[in-house]
Amino acid sequence: MARVPILRQGDVLIASVLEELRDSDALALQQQLGARLEQRATRGVLLDVSVVETVDSFLGRLLNEIALSARLLGAATVVVGIRPAVAITLVELGLELRGVHTALTMEKGMALLRRLLDEGARRGPYAGG
Amino acid sequence: MGPTPAAEERLPIAGETDIIAARQRARELAQQLGFGLVDQSRIATAVSELARNVVRYATGGRGEAALRALAASPRGIGIEIVVRDEGPGIADVAQAMREGFSSGTGLGMGLPGTRRLMDELQIDSAPGRGTTVTIRKWRR
Repeated sequence: MARVPILRQGDVLIASVLEELRDSDALALQQQLGARLEQRATRGVLLDVSVVETVDSFLGRLLNEIALSARLLGAATVVVGIRPAVAITLVELGLELRGVHTALTMEKGMALLRRLLDEGARRGPYAGG
Repeated sequence: MGPTPAAEERLPIAGETDIIAARQRARELAQQLGFGLVDQSRIATAVSELARNVVRYATGGRGEAALRALAASPRGIGIEIVVRDEGPGIADVAQAMREGFSSGTGLGMGLPGTRRLMDELQIDSAPGRGTTVTIRKWRR
C-alpha cells in the first residue's frame, strides 16, 4: 500500500497522501479512514493530496465518497492541496467535488475545518459540513 | 516503410501500477512538447481513464499505450496516445460515448469525459475484436 499516514490530533484525523495512489491504495485509504472514524468520535478529517498530480474519475469519485461517509459519521472533510490544474480537469471531466470542502494549504485547511466545526456546533449535532 | 517522423514509445498496461506509469510518461512527453500545466493535467487524466478501462475490462486486463509527438502536422505540435486492448470490445460505440450512459461499470463516465479533455478521440472497436482508442491534443 502507498504511504498514507493517518494521525489523530484531538477530534481531527489528518491523512497525508505521500505518493501517487493506485486504485487499491485509494480503496485501502477509504477503508482505513472509515475504521478510524468508527473507532473513536471524530469531528473532522483533513486529507492532504498536494503531492497527487493526477485525480481522475476514479479518485475524484472516491474523494466524494470519503467525504460523504465521514459526514454520515458526523465528521466534516477538508481536502487540502488540490492543484488548480487538477481542479479544472475535474470540472471538465464532469466530476465536481460536491460536498467536499477544499483548501490550498494544511494551515488554511485546519482553519476552515475549525470554522466548520464551530458552525456545526452552533447549529446542532447533525449539521456538520 | 520509411522512418517515422517521431519515435513511438510503447508501454504495456497489465495492472494498476501501469496506469500510473502510462499517465506519468504522457505528462512528461506533454511537458517536453511545451504543453502548459492544465493541458498536462488533461492529457495525463485522459490516459489514466483509458488505461483503467484496459485494466478493468480487457481480457486478462492487458493492453498497451503508444505515445508519440505529432510534430510535422499542419496543426502544429501535438501529442497522440493510442490505447489498445484485445478485450471483449464495445458493441455500441455511439452508446458508450453518450453522456450519462453507464453499464454499471463506470465506462459511461470515462469516454465522454475523456473526449472533453482532449481535442480528438477516435474509437475503433467491435465485439470480439478488442478496442483501440486514439486521442490527440494540439498545443495552443
